[in-house]
Amino acid sequence: MEDILSRLKNGPVIVADGAMGTMLQAAGLPTGMSPEGWLLENPKPVRDVHQAYIEAGANMILSCTFGGTRVRLEHGGLAERVSEINRRAVEIAREAAAGSAYVAGDIGPLGQLLAPLGRFTYEQAVEVFAEQARALVDAGVDVLYIETMSDLNEMRAAIQGARQAAPRASIFATFSFDRHGRTNMGVHPKQAAETLLSLRVDAFGANCGATLEMTEGAVAEMHEAAPHTPLIAKPNAGKPHMDIEQREVVYDAAPEDMAEYARRFVALGARVIGGCCGSNPAHIAAIARAVT
Amino acid sequence: MSEILKQLQEVVIVGEADQAQELAAQALEADIAPLTVIEDALNPGMEIVGDRYECGDYFIPDLVMAAEAMKAAMRVLDPALTARQEQRHVLGTVVIGTIEGDIHEIGKSLVGTMLSAAGFQVHDLGVDVPPVEFVKQVQETEANVVGISALLTTTMLNQEAVIEALEEAGLREQVKVIIGGAPTGPEWAQTIGADAYAENANEAVERVKELLGV
Repeated sequence: MEDILSRLKNGPVIVADGAMGTMLQAAGLPTGMSPEGWLLENPKPVRDVHQAYIEAGANMILSCTFGGTRVRLEHGGLAERVSEINRRAVEIAREAAAGSAYVAGDIGPLGQLLAPLGRFTYEQAVEVFAEQARALVDAGVDVLYIETMSDLNEMRAAIQGARQAAPRASIFATFSFDRHGRTNMGVHPKQAAETLLSLRVDAFGANCGATLEMTEGAVAEMHEAAPHTPLIAKPNAGKPHMDIEQREVVYDAAPEDMAEYARRFVALGARVIGGCCGSNPAHIAAIARAVT
Repeated sequence: MSEILKQLQEVVIVGEADQAQELAAQALEADIAPLTVIEDALNPGMEIVGDRYECGDYFIPDLVMAAEAMKAAMRVLDPALTARQEQRHVLGTVVIGTIEGDIHEIGKSLVGTMLSAAGFQVHDLGVDVPPVEFVKQVQETEANVVGISALLTTTMLNQEAVIEALEEAGLREQVKVIIGGAPTGPEWAQTIGADAYAENANEAVERVKELLGV
């Protein structure tokens, strides 16, 4: 496979995967157990989810490591197994990819406010992200994928940590815009784009988000601020609502809706497109048909 | 309203903790009663903060900073209240926590911060809280309200278990239940028999006030 950066530059658009957690729940992940803690004993369902996305047309899959920092893992008593869990998750993803899809090392937020708003210092955050990034890179990811960030400082810390662990690793970075067009910490798409430009990550954009419209607005603003940067759009499958009879949450965007937005994202400079919460292989298949 | 109180309200709104503390002290020196400081400067200031959050001028950092400024002022006012054998009017007692199996913390803590700032007594049980812990805390604190946060489509199902546990313990009549968290919503609140749903920390304060009629 060609290097992910040259694919990013020369196309075609990279189709990314969709939601992991909800798919694992359907496959038996017990309520309250973290996917990262579960995968050590249950590699097959995780591999199956990756494979389902690849079969649907994904060219890039995210390792099951969204909550793979020490800070998140310690809730399950797994803080001392950061390296092992992240390595294993990447191995599973690479087995599924079998050289036919890129494996992105997923890094999610710490779930803590950084100082001065919270007790966690910037330096501590850098260290925690570096630890995870080191394990992901050692295990052979094609790119580090920092996502669902709201705080500019936490994003900076994650990028600094990634660079500290692996100075030459490619980095993709996305924020979640879910409140009045900004992140819940108040970061504007333009401000996000300018910061990420200055930090020279390889691609950036928006994931998760409140609605498809809001993610589209954010991508448009980022494109305006950084017209030459390959952008990423990995939105939720619309908005969640409750299916009272089934007693489950359903997301309201159909695969065709996601495909329609995927076309718009491409027009706005997106070169990596996938799904986040509520998306499944049907959504990804529709996106793949729309953009390739 | 005195100039000092106007300034105090303003520094709470913009989240300047040091200045808030200083101005609260000045207000006391000017012989303004501590309760007056709270009711005329701090409370209306926090209401304006809530309004600004609601309309998208303010975001999480602004809420946190404003609440910190309010707390800083209270550090000066609390001893003054004690000295006068007065108490800040407590609007109600609220037990909050993130449901068992869920470790999302930021939203729930923000709800606690805003409820405290609004004048509620808040008992924050933290994250990954089993239903029995909510029940125990309600019994111990004689709370009027239970707030349950869930950020995952799976863990939200456990919100119902808290309500059932409150019923089994014979406490359901004495407490109002409010839920929140990204995948939840008003329909879900209705389905599981919660009394209210709040989309964010500011709304949580509004809903809890409504539930208790305060």
